[in-house]
Amino acid sequence: MSAQHLHLTLKVWRQKGPRDKGHFDTLQVRDISTDMSFLEMLDVVNEQLTLEGKEPIAFDHDCREGICGTCGAVVNGRPHGALKGTTLCQLHMRHFQNDDVIAIEPFRAMAFKVIKDLAVDRSAFDQVIQAGGYISVNAGGAQDANATPVPQDRAELAMDAAQCIGCGACVAACPNASAMLFVSAKLSQMALLPQGRPEAAQRALAMVRAMDRMGFGNCSNETECEAECPKEINITNIARLNREFFKAGFGSRAK
Amino acid sequence: MLLDGKVPTGPLAEKWDRHRFDLKLVNPANKRKFDIIVVGTGLAGGSAAATLAELGYNVKAFCFQDSPRRAHSIAAQGGINAAKNYPNDGDSIWRLFYDTVKGGDFRAREANVYRLAQVSNHIIDHCVAQGIPFARDYGGLLANRSFGGAQVSRTFYARGQTGQQLLLGAYGSLMRQVAAGKVRMFPRQEMLDVVIVDGHAKGIVTRNLISGQLERHAADAVVLATGGYGNVFFLSTNAMGSNVTAAFRAYRKGALFANPCFTQIHPTCIPVHGTYQSKLTLMSESLRNDGRVWVPKSPGDKRKPSQIPENERDYYLERKYPSFGNLVPRDVASRNAKAQCDKGKGVGETGLAVYLDFADAIARDGQDVIARKYGNLFQMYEKITGDDPYSTPMMIYPAVHYTMGGLWVDYNLMSNIPGLFVIGEANFSDHGANRLGASALMQGLADGYFVLPYTIGGYLSGTSKADVTTSHPAFETSEQEVRAMVDKLLGIGGKRTVDDFHRRLGLIMWEYCGMSRNNAGLEKAQAMIQELRSQFWQDVTVPGSAGDFNQSLERAGRVADFLEFAELMIIDALARQESCGGHFNEGYQTPENEALRNDEAYCHVAAWEYRGSDAAPTFHKEPLTFENVHLSQRSYK
Repeated sequence: MSAQHLHLTLKVWRQKGPRDKGHFDTLQVRDISTDMSFLEMLDVVNEQLTLEGKEPIAFDHDCREGICGTCGAVVNGRPHGALKGTTLCQLHMRHFQNDDVIAIEPFRAMAFKVIKDLAVDRSAFDQVIQAGGYISVNAGGAQDANATPVPQDRAELAMDAAQCIGCGACVAACPNASAMLFVSAKLSQMALLPQGRPEAAQRALAMVRAMDRMGFGNCSNETECEAECPKEINITNIARLNREFFKAGFGSRAK
Repeated sequence: MLLDGKVPTGPLAEKWDRHRFDLKLVNPANKRKFDIIVVGTGLAGGSAAATLAELGYNVKAFCFQDSPRRAHSIAAQGGINAAKNYPNDGDSIWRLFYDTVKGGDFRAREANVYRLAQVSNHIIDHCVAQGIPFARDYGGLLANRSFGGAQVSRTFYARGQTGQQLLLGAYGSLMRQVAAGKVRMFPRQEMLDVVIVDGHAKGIVTRNLISGQLERHAADAVVLATGGYGNVFFLSTNAMGSNVTAAFRAYRKGALFANPCFTQIHPTCIPVHGTYQSKLTLMSESLRNDGRVWVPKSPGDKRKPSQIPENERDYYLERKYPSFGNLVPRDVASRNAKAQCDKGKGVGETGLAVYLDFADAIARDGQDVIARKYGNLFQMYEKITGDDPYSTPMMIYPAVHYTMGGLWVDYNLMSNIPGLFVIGEANFSDHGANRLGASALMQGLADGYFVLPYTIGGYLSGTSKADVTTSHPAFETSEQEVRAMVDKLLGIGGKRTVDDFHRRLGLIMWEYCGMSRNNAGLEKAQAMIQELRSQFWQDVTVPGSAGDFNQSLERAGRVADFLEFAELMIIDALARQESCGGHFNEGYQTPENEALRNDEAYCHVAAWEYRGSDAAPTFHKEPLTFENVHLSQRSYK
């Protein structure tokens, strides 16, 4: 496919720091190849701003192949843009038209403070994982890897959930800024595998508590999270989280 | 000076066990008195930090990313090797060892590689216990696949996201230790110097990437797990933030840099398609299990692939290497792709690509089976290129992927600076001149879970504990040096951007120090790099200020180090007058254009000592002896 070149109007959120009020800047951008990724388009804009002696747009990004979960912005109202199952770094400009106006904002949530422009602090996710998003096993003591067979379909379901990249799009998409999809993905991976069962009850209680403590909202079945998740994590994981949580509350001694 | 790798004596298979017995232990009650700094939280650093904390040490872990879960190990796709022999196809620790030494073209330390093969099985056991959802067969047991450079199926995988799953496992263990209070985590911090007191590594100076503040951190030992330097080529499969800075600053403080010219060019990446391009994307080598590599037989054939009949296609890997076929090691596959394109047989708009064709595999196994194995890769390919690999062959071309060179370490993974350990891709140790597929994850986790946690105890118990605080003058000096460099970068006020310099450096390196090299080109590149470096320090512009979240400043510091480090790679490549693995000097090749080693003169590790920004580094040699494998010409025919 040969590349076309686009002229675009960007409305970009600029914010100096967490205490700054922030505002939209309007920028005209020319000669954007349709083969570029969205972030490469921002690179071009930043080169231009730098040469004009202006401050480039701050945005987080790293692997640029859709797996590290670092990048993300709300593009025309949609986290990671409108293309389904795609991170911002994998969104290519061939999905835009000449003379499009594109609004670019940071992921917004009480638990995600803006650091600068489009970069936000998602360390609340790390704190939720610290509450129990792991199996408590030290290096060195494990039995042979094949000692416990895991039915293939269960392993596949666990893998479906484990694909979460922790980008935060689910939180940005949710009207309640809930982190239920994120939490349920990790919890489901562990709950579906025999290795994760011994701590399942404690994990469910601890992770949900941590999520509440960090200021994420609750789930009210809007399903926006599933629609925007770049890894297409299924909301049945949230149902599993709820079941695990109830089981822990009523059917176990976990506190 | 000859370097001593401190390889234990005794038969190969017993060295590690004996050494572990001989190492002094740190009493469990004393472990909590020791502080250890770990820089980098990828597979090596994340697993090391978690394991050291499990043992009872106090750990401070640092990463430049916003969370330790984002380290670039996460992007590894294909799998992790282990000598489990679950498929019953003749694998063993010895065979994994042998394949790795041979694959590395006999430029790795035998004892290290044997240890790697030995602990490989423990890694799989531990990762399954952590809840990593590896692929399984219908009976519920673990599945394996074959990978480039091996004739057995020893690769464990989690779809095309093995690195992600293994990293999240290590990250989970790390978070558990953060919750337990044994690890203090410092994300968005970049290490800018290592602090040496009385010859021992005693701390680091970092820049807080949000506030811009410089910070001092003291410890009883420092572990660098800061990854590879592939981004010296600008375009590579590495993450945008991957850099040489931590390793290079340690080099400037006296740590030796070993085999810097050994870089791996991965054969199956999406070809370059524009000057604005910021990175290259790998398509997992596992695709070569089912994809067939070909080019048109006649040069300049611009027909669509579907219009080129079977008898006008050249499946050159299958033709030249009938026993390994499309599964030859990466260096061999990459060089052959370049050779075809050099003959004018390359495909696509640029002519710098070859086909990787799944038509036969889809006809044989059905689209469903192929989708289950490679679905996410096919999807990623389509997102980037707009082409559907189910209906038309992929186009691939080699790209910089991994660096076998790194800071020199002995058998204990300690550099020549006592107390400074280096693990994972950041060290040079196990892959020789070429790394086999699915071996990087194995090495990172071997170092972090099962090697360093023992060997660091040997250092700590054998050294009198000196309580150095951050008010020591060595910290003051380090911080001043770091501050001076930051101020210098911001003060130049030139007219060219950091990326502009980086892109130019990358083009020079790719042209003259890439897949094939020659002496005239290397000498030319050295002069070009010196010129570019001097222009950088006169004409770069870095916007913003030091006391702020300033991504341009972060990149400027990294590119400044790349500009100096690139010259070291050239010097190393020029000093090694042979071809081996990823280092292919056109002056040294067999009649069939394979790499021609010179074991008489170059069967050694080349380790370089810094003598100043404009002075030639000093060469040190660690001779390599092969007592258990026979040095031979690699053959994959």
